[in-house]
Amino acid sequence: MAPVSNQLELERIKRKTRANWLLSLPALLLLLFAASGPLLIVIVYSFLTPGNYGGVLWELSGEAWFKVLYTKDIFDDTISLSDAHLSIFWRSFQLSFLTTVICLVLGFPTAYFIATRPPSTRNVWLFLITIPFWTNLLIRTFAILELIRNKGVINNSLISLGIISDPIPMLYSDAAIVIGMTYVYLPLMVLPIYAAMERFDFRYVEAGFDLYASRFKVMRRIILPIIKPGVIAGSILVFVPSLGAYVTPRILGGGKNLMIGNLIELQFGQGKNWPLGAALAVTMLLIVLVALIFYMRISQRSEQNDAQ
Amino acid sequence: MLNRIFQKKNEFSITHQFGFATIALICFFTLYAPITILVFYSFNAGNNLMLWEGFSFHWYVEASKNELVQEAAIRSVVIAVCASLISTLVATMAALGTTRTRSFRGQKFIFIMINQPLMVPEIVTAVALLIFFAIIKTFTNYYGLGYLIVAHAAFCVPFAYLPIKARLDGMDLSMEIAASDLYAPPLVVFRRITLPLLFPGIMAGAMLAFVISLDDVIITEFVKTAGQDTLPTYMLGQLRRVITPEINAISTVLLAVSLVVVTVFFLFTRKRY
Repeated sequence: MAPVSNQLELERIKRKTRANWLLSLPALLLLLFAASGPLLIVIVYSFLTPGNYGGVLWELSGEAWFKVLYTKDIFDDTISLSDAHLSIFWRSFQLSFLTTVICLVLGFPTAYFIATRPPSTRNVWLFLITIPFWTNLLIRTFAILELIRNKGVINNSLISLGIISDPIPMLYSDAAIVIGMTYVYLPLMVLPIYAAMERFDFRYVEAGFDLYASRFKVMRRIILPIIKPGVIAGSILVFVPSLGAYVTPRILGGGKNLMIGNLIELQFGQGKNWPLGAALAVTMLLIVLVALIFYMRISQRSEQNDAQ
Repeated sequence: MLNRIFQKKNEFSITHQFGFATIALICFFTLYAPITILVFYSFNAGNNLMLWEGFSFHWYVEASKNELVQEAAIRSVVIAVCASLISTLVATMAALGTTRTRSFRGQKFIFIMINQPLMVPEIVTAVALLIFFAIIKTFTNYYGLGYLIVAHAAFCVPFAYLPIKARLDGMDLSMEIAASDLYAPPLVVFRRITLPLLFPGIMAGAMLAFVISLDDVIITEFVKTAGQDTLPTYMLGQLRRVITPEINAISTVLLAVSLVVVTVFFLFTRKRY
């Protein structure tokens, strides 16, 4: 920033800053009231004692946090790792990871395909990817439900073609959740990779071919390293909402295949243990924050590379 | 068309990668096939979800006669309109405050606050609001739609903010400078120059906010009190019971609304060369 020479200019900047803050204030207050502020209350609640009928008693307790990972045996008070919670955490990680990998395998070629179309048709392809992104998540999950039910389209057509005689049970399984999340979050993988591909200079590839590289080698040694930030961005954009998914596992997992989101909801519903639910929510928030900090550092680094 | 997508064998293209076009086309197919099937069966005459018994608007009529659906639809629209108006208003002000200015103290904080709903998992915000509003309810005894409207308005702010900010960033300052040179007071410059130029961005922001609010499930499910179902939460509740093509019909209508709004959004934000 250039040194400010006179007092008047300094005064003007001060006024402008104050105006900027005043203009932003209504948005900040709204978000503080109905988004950020309540998160702080969740942290407080995670340290309280559960009430008998839901809600909390205002007595400090670390029990909710203890229960996130451990259980105490009701008979002899022995402490052990909570298998139920650990397996749900582990399942959430596995399913989210699997979803991310499948989205990457499908989304990368798709993004590459869109980016290599001639400019006249590129926007149409891009529009076709964006539309599912803006349509209702519940409806898209429901569409998958109708597809893979025992009496759904896939089973019905397989039976009528005579390939199978009894429907293949696909619904209410981990596989169903992964299919659903892949379907729902795929555009989130394609869009950032496309954004990176769009700026890619194909003269590098030409140079590679001139030096007798194979197509595979061009992909691995030239294209992939350059658009790596886009790939990482897409992976995090898919992984984070997958980990926080609630609707998809509820509809396609059918109550027994829980993910963290459903476990949280359970504590506020049947479980009537609000502090535990709050502690689980804070845990999820922390995991997501770590992923996002990682994401920001990568996107900052790629911006610096662009500037050079 | 197809031989333009799939490279001819003998032709050498530097962009070609083996199998990529095939995977991409499979992707596009799988993205649209389930939705298409869902829409298709909404026109089914029979009760069965998957047994085609002829074309009819039966389930659309059925859905529109269902009082629960009517109420949910009205509630959805009321919430979406109020929430998008509020969020667009505050987002426009915030965008004016945070763009076209030298960087000032706290600017980053404002950015993070505005984009916060995009970063925090929705289920976490949902339980946070459940707790917070439960406290407020015990103090005020107010149980109306206000909670849902405020909650929706808050998470719609970043969606309204981004297109408005993008529009402001791309706007030429010269017209406003010219107007001030001609002694137009700041408010007149804003009303006669800035606002008309910014209008497409504001409309785009309002539309995104509307669609996002209309489609929300999780936060609504946690914040609503009994009898405050919106269309998506009504559908979520129905999924636990016997599903009839009525859900397909409601889905199709919601899809159509989103499609129209998003298409108009694209027209508003389209770059003109």
